[in-house]
Amino acid sequence: MEIGLNHYLVLSTILFAIGLVGVMRRKNLLLLFFATEILLNAVNIAFAAISHYYGDLTGQMFAFFVIAIAASEVAVGLGLLIVWYKRHSSIDLDALTTMKG
Amino acid sequence: MFEAIAFYLFAFLTIVMFFITVTTSQALYALSALAAGMIFISAFFFILGADFLGAVQIIVYTGAVMALYAFGMMFFDSTREVKEKQGNKYIIVGLSTLAAILVVVIFSAPMVSDKIVALYPAIDGVGNTQEVGLVLFTKYLVPFEVAAIMLLVAMVAGIVLAGKKMDLSITLMSDSEIEEQKNKKVLS
Repeated sequence: MEIGLNHYLVLSTILFAIGLVGVMRRKNLLLLFFATEILLNAVNIAFAAISHYYGDLTGQMFAFFVIAIAASEVAVGLGLLIVWYKRHSSIDLDALTTMKG
Repeated sequence: MFEAIAFYLFAFLTIVMFFITVTTSQALYALSALAAGMIFISAFFFILGADFLGAVQIIVYTGAVMALYAFGMMFFDSTREVKEKQGNKYIIVGLSTLAAILVVVIFSAPMVSDKIVALYPAIDGVGNTQEVGLVLFTKYLVPFEVAAIMLLVAMVAGIVLAGKKMDLSITLMSDSEIEEQKNKKVLS
């Protein structure tokens, strides 16, 4: 019952798959953001596990930078989302296809 | 033994919480489940000995990011049921599982080999927080400062984008003034 690196990598894969399912099936932009947060967290687990099992701190450093990027992404993304909602009173992805591509 | 129990318990809880997040049709449930999942993820960091990362996870994710989402949701109509994309579910699930496995195989294939040498090996006799400080403020000082500037830019962008017309306070106006503003299409 020894928990090894592969256990954490498999868990990270499962969480990443859940996040990808969320990204593909969500139409509401706010819930799409939630799914991207899940993706970032799954990667963070893998970083921390590799950092622990190889005795190297680089993984933790990258996890910190991923957290910083996630925080700034949320700030800018929510700002844009609020502006869009004020204009169109809808945050559905389908309403964004104004270019008819 | 305890490590295994903790790992499987928190793995189960995290997967359940994130599954709720991506499947529920209520935005509020998704938010609460996501916040719970973030806290459970910090448990993995504590198990792995990355204490500082676990604390940062709780503070930044469940403290700042989730609060930001909660405030953002007040702007949107979050009580309405969320409509989903119409599409073949099996294709979506299959494709995303395949893509996720591919990504992890690609990135973990070099890790499984024994060629990896620790670039910044853990120092004996110091706590995790001290180690993180030593590495972050020597080897990663420039990325750290760049991340600080990025956060500042994000803060300014958030204020500029979301703070338009915030000088108008609806609570301080009388009803007639609010109607007048509505007619001018300022509040819409």
